[in-house]
Amino acid sequence: MSSTLKPYLTAVRHTLFAAMCVDNFSSQVIERHNKPEVEVRASKELLLTPVIISRNEKEKVLIEASVNSIRISIAIKQADEIEKILCHKFMRFMMMRAENFIILRRTAMPGYDISFLITNFHTEQMYKHKLVEFVLHFMEEIDKEISEMKLAVNARARICSEEFLKRF
Amino acid sequence: MVEKYSFGIDPIPHHAWNKDRQQIAVTPNNQEIRIYQLDKSANDWTLLDTLNKHDLRVTGIDWAPRTNRIVTCSEDRDAYVWKQGPDKKWTPTQVLLRINRAATCVKWSPDENKFAAGSGARIISVCYFEQANDWWVSKHIKKPIKSTVNSIDWHPNNVLLAAGCADFKVKIFSGFIKEIEDNFPATAWGNKGSTLGNLLAEFTNSPYIGGWIHCVSFSADGNRLCWVAHDSSISVADVSHGSPIVFKLRTDTLPFLSCVWVNGTGIVAAGHGCCPMLYAVDVNNQIRFVCKLDRSQKKEGSGLSAMRKFQSLDRQAKVENDTLLETIHQNSIRSIRTYSNVNGTATKLSTSGLDGQLVIWDLKVRHRLVRITS
Repeated sequence: MSSTLKPYLTAVRHTLFAAMCVDNFSSQVIERHNKPEVEVRASKELLLTPVIISRNEKEKVLIEASVNSIRISIAIKQADEIEKILCHKFMRFMMMRAENFIILRRTAMPGYDISFLITNFHTEQMYKHKLVEFVLHFMEEIDKEISEMKLAVNARARICSEEFLKRF
Repeated sequence: MVEKYSFGIDPIPHHAWNKDRQQIAVTPNNQEIRIYQLDKSANDWTLLDTLNKHDLRVTGIDWAPRTNRIVTCSEDRDAYVWKQGPDKKWTPTQVLLRINRAATCVKWSPDENKFAAGSGARIISVCYFEQANDWWVSKHIKKPIKSTVNSIDWHPNNVLLAAGCADFKVKIFSGFIKEIEDNFPATAWGNKGSTLGNLLAEFTNSPYIGGWIHCVSFSADGNRLCWVAHDSSISVADVSHGSPIVFKLRTDTLPFLSCVWVNGTGIVAAGHGCCPMLYAVDVNNQIRFVCKLDRSQKKEGSGLSAMRKFQSLDRQAKVENDTLLETIHQNSIRSIRTYSNVNGTATKLSTSGLDGQLVIWDLKVRHRLVRITS
Protein backbone atom coordinates (compact mmCIF):
# COMPACT_ATOMS: atom_id res chain seq x y z
CA MET A 1 0.00 0.00 0.00
CA SER A 2 1.48 3.31 -1.02
CA SER A 3 2.14 5.97 1.55
CA THR A 4 -0.78 8.23 0.65
CA LEU A 5 -3.35 5.49 0.27
CA LYS A 6 -3.38 4.45 3.90
CA PRO A 7 -4.23 7.83 5.46
CA TYR A 8 -6.78 8.36 2.70
CA LEU A 9 -8.57 5.11 3.49
CA THR A 10 -8.32 5.73 7.24
CA ALA A 11 -9.99 9.10 6.81
CA VAL A 12 -12.74 7.55 4.72
CA ARG A 13 -13.23 4.78 7.25
CA HIS A 14 -13.67 7.14 10.20
CA THR A 15 -15.98 9.43 8.25
CA LEU A 16 -18.11 6.49 7.16
CA PHE A 17 -18.43 5.19 10.70
CA ALA A 18 -19.62 8.58 11.89
CA ALA A 19 -21.91 9.11 8.91
CA MET A 20 -23.50 5.69 9.08
CA CYS A 21 -25.41 6.48 12.28
CA VAL A 22 -28.78 6.34 10.60
CA ASP A 23 -32.17 5.65 12.02
CA ASN A 24 -35.64 4.87 10.72
CA PHE A 25 -37.33 8.15 9.91
CA SER A 26 -40.60 8.57 8.08
CA SER A 27 -41.15 11.56 5.89
CA GLN A 28 -42.37 14.72 7.55
CA VAL A 29 -43.38 16.18 4.20
CA ILE A 30 -45.37 13.44 2.50
CA GLU A 31 -47.90 11.30 4.27
CA ARG A 32 -47.05 7.59 4.73
CA HIS A 33 -43.73 7.91 2.96
CA ASN A 34 -40.42 6.64 4.24
CA LYS A 35 -37.79 7.63 1.73
CA PRO A 36 -34.04 8.25 1.99
CA GLU A 37 -33.79 11.89 2.97
CA VAL A 38 -30.44 12.27 1.25
CA GLU A 39 -32.19 11.63 -2.07
CA VAL A 40 -35.46 13.44 -1.38
CA ARG A 41 -33.82 16.52 0.13
CA ALA A 42 -37.16 17.90 1.24
CA SER A 43 -36.19 19.11 4.71
CA LYS A 44 -33.01 21.04 5.16
CA GLU A 45 -32.58 20.24 8.84
CA LEU A 46 -32.41 16.50 8.16
CA LEU A 47 -29.31 16.73 5.97
CA LEU A 48 -25.78 16.90 7.29
CA THR A 49 -22.94 18.84 5.72
CA PRO A 50 -21.42 16.78 2.90
CA VAL A 51 -17.79 15.80 3.29
CA ILE A 52 -15.29 15.43 0.46
CA ILE A 53 -12.13 13.46 1.15
CA SER A 54 -9.65 13.66 -1.68
CA ARG A 55 -6.34 11.95 -2.17
CA ASN A 56 -5.51 14.07 -5.19
CA GLU A 57 -7.60 16.02 -7.65
CA LYS A 58 -8.68 12.88 -9.51
CA GLU A 59 -9.36 10.53 -6.61
CA LYS A 60 -11.92 11.66 -4.10
CA VAL A 61 -14.90 10.49 -2.09
CA LEU A 62 -18.04 12.48 -1.40
CA ILE A 63 -19.99 11.41 1.67
CA GLU A 64 -23.43 12.94 2.11
CA ALA A 65 -25.27 11.98 5.26
CA SER A 66 -28.80 12.47 6.44
CA VAL A 67 -31.06 11.27 9.21
CA ASN A 68 -31.90 7.95 7.58
CA SER A 69 -29.49 7.41 4.72
CA ILE A 70 -26.03 8.17 3.44
CA ARG A 71 -24.74 8.49 -0.07
CA ILE A 72 -21.14 7.73 -0.91
CA SER A 73 -19.80 8.79 -4.28
CA ILE A 74 -16.36 7.74 -5.43
CA ALA A 75 -14.22 9.26 -8.14
CA ILE A 76 -11.73 6.71 -9.41
CA LYS A 77 -8.29 7.52 -10.74
CA GLN A 78 -8.22 7.71 -14.52
CA ALA A 79 -4.78 8.57 -15.80
CA ASP A 80 -5.26 8.11 -19.53
CA GLU A 81 -7.84 7.40 -22.22
CA ILE A 82 -7.76 3.63 -21.81
CA GLU A 83 -8.37 3.87 -18.09
CA LYS A 84 -11.23 6.27 -18.72
CA ILE A 85 -12.91 3.86 -21.11
CA LEU A 86 -12.27 0.86 -18.88
CA CYS A 87 -13.61 2.63 -15.82
CA HIS A 88 -16.69 3.83 -17.63
CA LYS A 89 -17.48 0.36 -19.01
CA PHE A 90 -16.83 -1.38 -15.73
CA MET A 91 -18.98 1.00 -13.69
CA ARG A 92 -21.75 0.80 -16.25
CA PHE A 93 -21.62 -2.98 -16.06
CA MET A 94 -22.09 -2.86 -12.30
CA MET A 95 -24.69 -0.13 -12.13
CA MET A 96 -26.88 -1.95 -14.64
CA ARG A 97 -26.97 -4.79 -12.11
CA ALA A 98 -27.36 -2.48 -9.15
CA GLU A 99 -30.11 -4.45 -7.45
CA ASN A 100 -27.74 -7.39 -7.04
CA PHE A 101 -25.25 -5.20 -5.22
CA ILE A 102 -27.98 -4.01 -2.81
CA ILE A 103 -26.34 -0.75 -1.76
CA LEU A 104 -25.29 0.40 -5.22
CA ARG A 105 -27.04 3.41 -6.72
CA ARG A 106 -28.22 3.11 -10.30
CA THR A 107 -26.58 6.31 -11.44
CA ALA A 108 -23.51 8.01 -10.13
CA MET A 109 -23.55 11.54 -8.84
CA PRO A 110 -22.31 14.07 -11.42
CA GLY A 111 -18.54 14.35 -11.27
CA TYR A 112 -18.14 10.91 -9.71
CA ASP A 113 -17.85 7.45 -11.18
CA ILE A 114 -19.92 5.36 -8.81
CA SER A 115 -22.33 6.01 -5.96
CA PHE A 116 -23.59 3.91 -3.08
CA LEU A 117 -26.78 4.58 -1.18
CA ILE A 118 -26.95 3.08 2.29
CA THR A 119 -30.23 3.47 4.16
CA ASN A 120 -31.33 2.52 7.64
CA PHE A 121 -32.84 -0.67 6.22
CA HIS A 122 -29.39 -1.80 5.12
CA THR A 123 -27.78 -1.05 8.47
CA GLU A 124 -30.60 -2.96 10.19
CA GLN A 125 -29.96 -6.05 8.11
CA MET A 126 -26.19 -5.94 7.83
CA TYR A 127 -23.32 -5.27 10.16
CA LYS A 128 -22.36 -1.66 9.98
CA HIS A 129 -18.64 -2.27 10.21
CA LYS A 130 -18.90 -4.79 7.42
CA LEU A 131 -20.61 -2.24 5.19
CA VAL A 132 -17.75 0.17 5.86
CA GLU A 133 -15.27 -2.60 5.15
CA PHE A 134 -17.02 -3.33 1.89
CA VAL A 135 -16.77 0.26 0.67
CA LEU A 136 -13.11 0.44 1.64
CA HIS A 137 -12.36 -2.90 0.06
CA PHE A 138 -14.10 -1.72 -3.08
CA MET A 139 -11.96 1.43 -3.17
CA GLU A 140 -8.78 -0.58 -2.70
CA GLU A 141 -9.61 -3.19 -5.27
CA ILE A 142 -11.05 -1.02 -8.00
CA ASP A 143 -7.71 0.66 -8.76
CA LYS A 144 -6.01 -2.70 -8.88
CA GLU A 145 -8.71 -4.12 -11.11
CA ILE A 146 -8.52 -1.27 -13.59
CA SER A 147 -4.71 -1.38 -13.78
CA GLU A 148 -4.88 -5.12 -14.39
CA MET A 149 -7.43 -4.68 -17.12
CA LYS A 150 -5.30 -1.99 -18.69
CA LEU A 151 -2.29 -4.29 -18.70
CA ALA A 152 -4.38 -7.05 -20.22
CA VAL A 153 -5.69 -4.73 -22.93
CA ASN A 154 -2.19 -3.49 -23.71
CA ALA A 155 -0.75 -6.99 -23.84
CA ARG A 156 -3.50 -8.14 -26.14
CA ALA A 157 -3.02 -5.11 -28.37
CA ARG A 158 0.70 -5.86 -28.57
CA ILE A 159 0.12 -9.47 -29.60
CA CYS A 160 -2.52 -8.44 -32.11
CA SER A 161 -0.27 -5.87 -33.74
CA GLU A 162 2.63 -8.32 -33.78
CA GLU A 163 0.51 -10.93 -35.52
CA PHE A 164 -0.79 -8.35 -37.93
CA LEU A 165 2.63 -6.95 -38.81
CA LYS A 166 4.06 -10.44 -39.39
CA ARG A 167 2.24 -10.47 -42.73
CA PHE A 168 4.34 -7.63 -44.14
CA MET B 1 -24.57 -10.57 35.61
CA VAL B 2 -25.85 -9.77 32.18
CA GLU B 3 -28.89 -11.60 30.91
CA LYS B 4 -29.09 -11.90 27.15
CA TYR B 5 -32.19 -12.85 25.23
CA SER B 6 -32.70 -12.99 21.53
CA PHE B 7 -35.95 -12.52 19.64
CA GLY B 8 -34.67 -13.54 16.23
CA ILE B 9 -32.84 -11.45 13.72
CA ASP B 10 -35.40 -8.71 13.32
CA PRO B 11 -34.59 -5.45 15.05
CA ILE B 12 -36.41 -4.65 18.29
CA PRO B 13 -36.60 -0.89 18.24
CA HIS B 14 -38.99 -0.71 21.18
CA HIS B 15 -39.86 -2.78 24.18
CA ALA B 16 -42.00 -2.25 27.26
CA TRP B 17 -42.37 -4.23 30.50
CA ASN B 18 -45.45 -4.88 32.54
CA LYS B 19 -45.56 -4.10 36.23
CA ASP B 20 -44.01 -7.28 37.64
CA ARG B 21 -41.52 -7.58 34.74
CA GLN B 22 -42.79 -11.00 33.78
CA GLN B 23 -44.19 -9.94 30.45
CA ILE B 24 -42.71 -7.84 27.71
CA ALA B 25 -44.21 -6.15 24.68
CA VAL B 26 -41.86 -5.90 21.73
CA THR B 27 -42.24 -4.92 18.12
CA PRO B 28 -40.22 -6.79 15.52
CA ASN B 29 -39.87 -3.63 13.42
CA ASN B 30 -43.15 -4.15 11.60
CA GLN B 31 -46.85 -3.59 12.26
CA GLU B 32 -47.05 -6.26 14.99
CA ILE B 33 -46.68 -6.05 18.73
CA ARG B 34 -45.85 -9.29 20.46
CA ILE B 35 -46.39 -10.03 24.13
CA TYR B 36 -43.96 -12.53 25.58
CA GLN B 37 -43.78 -14.10 29.00
CA LEU B 38 -40.51 -15.19 30.51
CA ASP B 39 -40.35 -18.88 31.25
CA LYS B 40 -37.82 -18.91 34.05
CA SER B 41 -37.12 -22.63 34.07
CA ALA B 42 -36.36 -22.80 30.36
CA ASN B 43 -34.90 -19.28 30.33
CA ASP B 44 -36.91 -18.63 27.24
CA TRP B 45 -39.83 -16.51 26.13
CA THR B 46 -43.25 -17.88 25.31
CA LEU B 47 -45.42 -15.89 22.98
CA LEU B 48 -48.68 -15.02 24.70
CA ASP B 49 -50.35 -12.78 22.20
CA THR B 50 -49.78 -10.92 18.99
CA LEU B 51 -51.42 -7.54 18.72
CA ASN B 52 -51.99 -6.97 15.07
CA LYS B 53 -54.02 -3.89 14.37
CA HIS B 54 -51.64 -1.36 12.93
CA ASP B 55 -51.06 -1.11 9.19
CA LEU B 56 -47.49 0.12 9.25
CA ARG B 57 -44.42 -0.14 11.41
CA VAL B 58 -45.00 0.40 15.12
CA THR B 59 -42.96 3.35 16.36
CA GLY B 60 -43.74 3.38 20.05
CA ILE B 61 -44.99 1.14 22.85
CA ASP B 62 -45.66 2.04 26.45
CA TRP B 63 -47.14 -0.19 29.13
CA ALA B 64 -48.90 1.53 32.03
CA PRO B 65 -47.92 -0.50 35.09
CA ARG B 66 -50.82 0.27 37.43
CA THR B 67 -53.77 0.33 35.05
CA ASN B 68 -52.21 -2.43 32.91
CA ARG B 69 -52.90 -0.82 29.57
CA ILE B 70 -50.64 -0.70 26.55
CA VAL B 71 -50.53 2.24 24.21
CA THR B 72 -48.94 1.86 20.81
CA CYS B 73 -48.43 4.25 17.95
CA SER B 74 -47.38 3.65 14.40
CA GLU B 75 -46.39 5.15 11.09
CA ASP B 76 -50.01 4.72 9.97
CA ARG B 77 -50.85 7.82 12.10
CA ASP B 78 -52.96 5.93 14.60
CA ALA B 79 -52.59 5.01 18.21
CA TYR B 80 -54.29 2.16 20.02
CA VAL B 81 -54.92 1.65 23.69
CA TRP B 82 -54.97 -2.07 24.52
CA LYS B 83 -56.85 -3.38 27.51
CA GLN B 84 -56.74 -6.87 28.85
CA GLY B 85 -60.11 -8.56 29.25
CA PRO B 86 -60.98 -11.24 31.81
CA ASP B 87 -60.02 -13.91 29.25
CA LYS B 88 -56.47 -12.42 29.09
CA LYS B 89 -57.02 -11.26 25.53
CA TRP B 90 -55.99 -7.78 24.59
CA THR B 91 -58.65 -5.61 22.98
CA PRO B 92 -57.78 -2.42 21.16
CA THR B 93 -59.42 0.98 21.31
CA GLN B 94 -58.50 3.26 18.48
CA VAL B 95 -57.33 6.74 19.32
CA LEU B 96 -57.57 9.33 16.60
CA LEU B 97 -54.47 11.42 17.03
CA ARG B 98 -55.67 13.75 14.24
CA ILE B 99 -52.25 13.93 12.66
CA ASN B 100 -51.33 13.57 9.01
CA ARG B 101 -47.79 12.20 9.32
CA ALA B 102 -46.33 9.23 11.10
CA ALA B 103 -46.51 9.11 14.87
CA THR B 104 -43.01 8.74 16.29
CA CYS B 105 -43.22 8.15 20.02
CA VAL B 106 -45.81 7.62 22.73
CA LYS B 107 -45.74 7.76 26.49
CA TRP B 108 -48.20 7.36 29.38
CA SER B 109 -48.26 10.15 31.90
CA PRO B 110 -47.08 9.12 35.40
CA ASP B 111 -50.68 9.03 36.71
CA GLU B 112 -51.72 7.01 33.65
CA ASN B 113 -54.81 9.12 33.00
CA LYS B 114 -53.49 10.52 29.72
CA PHE B 115 -50.76 9.92 27.21
CA ALA B 116 -48.80 11.96 24.72
CA ALA B 117 -47.74 11.04 21.22
CA GLY B 118 -45.20 12.90 19.13
CA SER B 119 -45.37 12.92 15.36
CA GLY B 120 -43.77 13.94 12.13
CA ALA B 121 -46.63 16.40 11.60
CA ARG B 122 -44.86 18.76 14.08
CA ILE B 123 -47.60 18.07 16.57
CA ILE B 124 -47.74 16.49 19.99
CA SER B 125 -51.13 14.93 20.69
CA VAL B 126 -52.09 14.77 24.33
CA CYS B 127 -54.90 12.25 24.73
CA TYR B 128 -57.24 11.61 27.63
CA PHE B 129 -60.26 9.39 28.10
CA GLU B 130 -63.62 11.09 28.02
CA GLN B 131 -66.14 9.11 30.03
CA ALA B 132 -69.21 10.76 28.55
CA ASN B 133 -68.44 9.78 24.99
CA ASP B 134 -66.47 6.66 25.86
CA TRP B 135 -63.53 7.51 23.67
CA TRP B 136 -60.06 8.99 23.74
CA VAL B 137 -59.90 12.66 22.89
CA SER B 138 -56.69 14.14 21.59
CA LYS B 139 -55.59 17.73 22.00
CA HIS B 140 -52.76 19.25 20.04
CA ILE B 141 -49.60 21.08 20.94
CA LYS B 142 -48.51 22.71 17.71
CA LYS B 143 -46.51 25.83 18.22
CA PRO B 144 -43.58 26.33 17.97
CA ILE B 145 -42.50 22.87 16.83
CA LYS B 146 -40.66 23.14 13.53
CA SER B 147 -39.75 19.55 12.81
CA THR B 148 -40.44 15.93 13.68
CA VAL B 149 -40.79 15.24 17.39
CA ASN B 150 -38.30 12.46 18.05
CA SER B 151 -38.90 11.85 21.70
CA ILE B 152 -41.13 12.92 24.56
CA ASP B 153 -41.08 12.46 28.30
CA TRP B 154 -43.45 13.38 31.11
CA HIS B 155 -42.43 15.30 34.19
CA PRO B 156 -43.20 13.32 37.38
CA ASN B 157 -45.87 15.89 38.28
CA ASN B 158 -48.07 14.54 35.46
CA VAL B 159 -48.34 17.91 33.74
CA LEU B 160 -45.12 19.03 32.09
CA LEU B 161 -44.00 17.44 28.90
CA ALA B 162 -40.52 17.55 27.36
CA ALA B 163 -40.08 17.09 23.64
CA GLY B 164 -36.89 16.56 21.69
CA CYS B 165 -37.20 17.54 18.05
CA ALA B 166 -35.30 17.09 14.82
CA ASP B 167 -34.86 20.87 14.60
CA PHE B 168 -32.13 20.63 17.27
CA LYS B 169 -34.39 21.96 20.01
CA VAL B 170 -35.63 20.62 23.33
CA LYS B 171 -38.87 22.15 24.52
CA ILE B 172 -40.87 21.88 27.69
CA PHE B 173 -44.61 22.28 27.28
CA SER B 174 -47.51 22.18 29.59
CA GLY B 175 -49.59 19.05 29.09
CA PHE B 176 -52.32 20.33 31.37
CA ILE B 177 -55.80 19.13 30.45
CA LYS B 178 -58.39 21.20 32.24
CA GLU B 179 -61.13 18.64 31.62
CA ILE B 180 -59.52 16.04 33.85
CA GLU B 181 -57.18 18.02 36.08
CA ASP B 182 -58.06 20.55 38.74
CA ASN B 183 -55.09 22.77 39.25
CA PHE B 184 -51.64 23.21 37.90
CA PRO B 185 -49.02 22.16 40.45
CA ALA B 186 -46.16 24.57 41.05
CA THR B 187 -42.89 23.48 39.47
CA ALA B 188 -39.40 24.85 39.27
CA TRP B 189 -39.82 25.13 35.50
CA GLY B 190 -42.29 28.03 35.75
CA ASN B 191 -45.90 28.70 36.52
CA LYS B 192 -47.48 29.51 33.18
CA GLY B 193 -48.46 25.94 32.59
CA SER B 194 -52.18 26.09 33.20
CA THR B 195 -52.99 26.07 29.48
CA LEU B 196 -52.20 23.12 27.27
CA GLY B 197 -49.33 23.86 24.94
CA ASN B 198 -47.75 26.74 26.84
CA LEU B 199 -44.02 26.74 26.28
CA LEU B 200 -42.16 26.81 29.58
CA ALA B 201 -38.60 26.42 28.40
CA GLU B 202 -36.68 25.89 25.21
CA PHE B 203 -33.08 24.79 24.78
CA THR B 204 -31.00 24.69 21.64
CA ASN B 205 -28.79 21.66 21.51
CA SER B 206 -25.66 23.48 20.48
CA PRO B 207 -24.61 27.09 19.88
CA TYR B 208 -23.16 25.93 16.56
CA ILE B 209 -26.58 24.55 15.58
CA GLY B 210 -26.83 20.88 14.95
CA GLY B 211 -27.67 17.52 16.32
CA TRP B 212 -31.11 16.02 16.13
CA ILE B 213 -32.39 15.32 19.62
CA HIS B 214 -32.82 11.57 19.95
CA CYS B 215 -34.10 11.19 23.48
CA VAL B 216 -35.22 13.33 26.42
CA SER B 217 -35.62 12.20 29.99
CA PHE B 218 -36.72 13.86 33.23
CA SER B 219 -35.01 12.89 36.47
CA ALA B 220 -37.13 11.41 39.26
CA ASP B 221 -37.44 14.72 41.12
CA GLY B 222 -38.30 16.49 37.90
CA ASN B 223 -35.74 19.25 38.32
CA ARG B 224 -33.29 17.94 35.79
CA LEU B 225 -33.83 17.16 32.15
CA CYS B 226 -31.32 15.12 30.22
CA TRP B 227 -31.14 14.79 26.46
CA VAL B 228 -28.89 13.12 23.94
CA ALA B 229 -28.34 14.39 20.45
CA HIS B 230 -26.78 13.40 17.19
CA ASP B 231 -23.62 15.43 17.79
CA SER B 232 -22.62 12.68 20.27
CA SER B 233 -23.38 14.96 23.16
CA ILE B 234 -25.23 14.44 26.38
CA SER B 235 -26.77 17.48 28.04
CA VAL B 236 -28.51 18.24 31.30
CA ALA B 237 -30.70 21.24 32.08
CA ASP B 238 -31.07 21.91 35.78
CA VAL B 239 -33.59 24.17 37.52
CA SER B 240 -32.79 23.23 41.11
CA HIS B 241 -31.28 26.66 41.70
CA GLY B 242 -33.73 28.95 39.96
CA SER B 243 -33.39 29.63 36.27
CA PRO B 244 -32.40 26.69 34.07
CA ILE B 245 -28.70 26.04 33.56
CA VAL B 246 -27.58 23.77 30.74
CA PHE B 247 -24.49 21.58 30.88
CA LYS B 248 -23.22 19.67 27.97
CA LEU B 249 -20.66 16.96 27.51
CA ARG B 250 -19.35 16.18 24.08
CA THR B 251 -18.28 12.57 23.96
CA ASP B 252 -15.96 10.79 21.57
CA THR B 253 -18.34 7.90 20.95
CA LEU B 254 -20.93 7.52 18.24
CA PRO B 255 -24.24 9.34 18.90
CA PHE B 256 -26.57 8.09 21.61
CA LEU B 257 -30.15 7.21 20.81
CA SER B 258 -31.56 6.74 24.26
CA CYS B 259 -30.92 7.87 27.80
CA VAL B 260 -32.39 7.15 31.20
CA TRP B 261 -31.77 8.37 34.75
CA VAL B 262 -30.68 5.60 37.10
CA ASN B 263 -30.77 7.68 40.27
CA GLY B 264 -30.65 11.36 41.17
CA THR B 265 -27.30 11.86 39.48
CA GLY B 266 -26.53 8.93 37.20
CA ILE B 267 -27.51 8.68 33.55
CA VAL B 268 -27.14 5.69 31.30
CA ALA B 269 -26.99 6.47 27.60
CA ALA B 270 -26.69 4.09 24.69
CA GLY B 271 -26.95 4.27 20.95
CA HIS B 272 -24.96 3.71 17.80
CA GLY B 273 -21.87 2.79 19.81
CA CYS B 274 -23.66 -0.44 20.86
CA CYS B 275 -22.43 -0.06 24.43
CA PRO B 276 -24.42 1.50 27.29
CA MET B 277 -22.36 4.11 29.14
CA LEU B 278 -22.85 5.47 32.61
CA TYR B 279 -22.49 9.20 33.16
CA ALA B 280 -22.80 11.12 36.39
CA VAL B 281 -23.76 14.70 37.09
CA ASP B 282 -21.73 16.05 40.02
CA VAL B 283 -22.62 18.80 42.47
CA ASN B 284 -21.36 21.51 40.11
CA ASN B 285 -23.59 20.04 37.42
CA GLN B 286 -20.64 18.91 35.37
CA ILE B 287 -21.30 15.71 33.48
CA ARG B 288 -18.56 13.15 33.59
CA PHE B 289 -18.05 9.71 32.22
CA VAL B 290 -18.07 6.92 34.83
CA CYS B 291 -17.85 3.59 33.08
CA LYS B 292 -19.09 1.37 30.32
CA LEU B 293 -21.71 -1.14 31.33
CA ASP B 294 -20.48 -3.54 28.71
CA ARG B 295 -17.21 -4.98 29.92
CA SER B 296 -16.92 -7.75 27.37
CA GLN B 297 -13.52 -8.26 25.86
CA LYS B 298 -12.72 -9.30 22.36
CA LYS B 299 -12.64 -13.03 22.29
CA GLU B 300 -9.20 -14.40 21.65
CA GLY B 301 -9.00 -17.12 19.08
CA SER B 302 -8.54 -20.24 21.07
CA GLY B 303 -6.36 -23.19 20.16
CA LEU B 304 -4.15 -23.51 17.16
CA SER B 305 -4.06 -20.15 15.52
CA ALA B 306 -2.24 -21.36 12.42
CA MET B 307 -4.81 -24.03 11.81
CA ARG B 308 -7.63 -21.56 12.32
CA LYS B 309 -5.93 -19.14 10.01
CA PHE B 310 -5.69 -21.60 7.14
CA GLN B 311 -9.17 -22.90 7.79
CA SER B 312 -10.51 -19.39 7.57
CA LEU B 313 -8.46 -18.75 4.45
CA ASP B 314 -9.82 -21.91 2.92
CA ARG B 315 -13.46 -21.31 3.79
CA GLN B 316 -13.84 -17.59 3.51
CA ALA B 317 -10.77 -16.52 1.54
CA LYS B 318 -9.64 -14.17 4.27
CA VAL B 319 -7.23 -14.30 7.13
CA GLU B 320 -9.26 -13.06 10.04
CA ASN B 321 -12.81 -13.70 11.00
CA ASP B 322 -13.79 -10.47 12.72
CA THR B 323 -17.48 -10.35 11.96
CA LEU B 324 -18.69 -9.93 15.52
CA LEU B 325 -18.29 -6.71 17.45
CA GLU B 326 -16.70 -6.79 20.88
CA THR B 327 -19.83 -5.49 22.53
CA ILE B 328 -22.81 -7.62 23.50
CA HIS B 329 -25.16 -5.70 21.27
CA GLN B 330 -24.18 -6.13 17.68
CA ASN B 331 -26.09 -3.14 16.33
CA SER B 332 -27.39 0.19 17.57
CA ILE B 333 -29.21 0.16 20.89
CA ARG B 334 -32.54 1.80 20.31
CA SER B 335 -34.25 1.82 23.68
CA ILE B 336 -33.42 1.58 27.37
CA ARG B 337 -35.93 0.86 30.11
CA THR B 338 -35.61 0.58 33.84
CA TYR B 339 -36.08 -3.05 34.76
CA SER B 340 -36.03 -2.83 38.51
CA ASN B 341 -35.88 0.07 40.87
CA VAL B 342 -35.08 0.15 44.58
CA ASN B 343 -35.80 3.37 46.47
CA GLY B 344 -35.44 5.54 43.41
CA THR B 345 -32.23 3.90 42.23
CA ALA B 346 -32.38 1.67 39.21
CA THR B 347 -30.72 -1.66 39.90
CA LYS B 348 -31.35 -3.25 36.55
CA LEU B 349 -31.80 -1.83 33.08
CA SER B 350 -32.95 -3.47 29.92
CA THR B 351 -31.78 -2.47 26.46
CA SER B 352 -33.01 -3.57 23.08
CA GLY B 353 -31.50 -2.84 19.74
CA LEU B 354 -31.50 -3.36 16.04
CA ASP B 355 -29.73 -6.70 16.42
CA GLY B 356 -32.84 -8.36 17.88
CA GLN B 357 -31.35 -8.77 21.32
CA LEU B 358 -32.73 -7.82 24.68
CA VAL B 359 -30.09 -7.43 27.37
CA ILE B 360 -30.72 -6.93 31.07
CA TRP B 361 -27.86 -5.21 32.85
CA ASP B 362 -27.33 -5.48 36.57
CA LEU B 363 -26.00 -2.14 37.72
CA LYS B 364 -25.46 -2.89 41.36
CA VAL B 365 -23.29 -5.95 41.26
CA ARG B 366 -21.00 -4.98 38.48
CA HIS B 367 -20.42 -1.34 38.97
CA ARG B 368 -21.28 -0.40 42.53
CA LEU B 369 -23.20 2.37 40.90
CA VAL B 370 -24.67 3.82 44.03
CA ARG B 371 -21.27 4.50 45.47
CA ILE B 372 -19.81 5.91 42.28
CA THR B 373 -22.50 8.37 41.35
CA SER B 374 -23.66 9.63 44.70
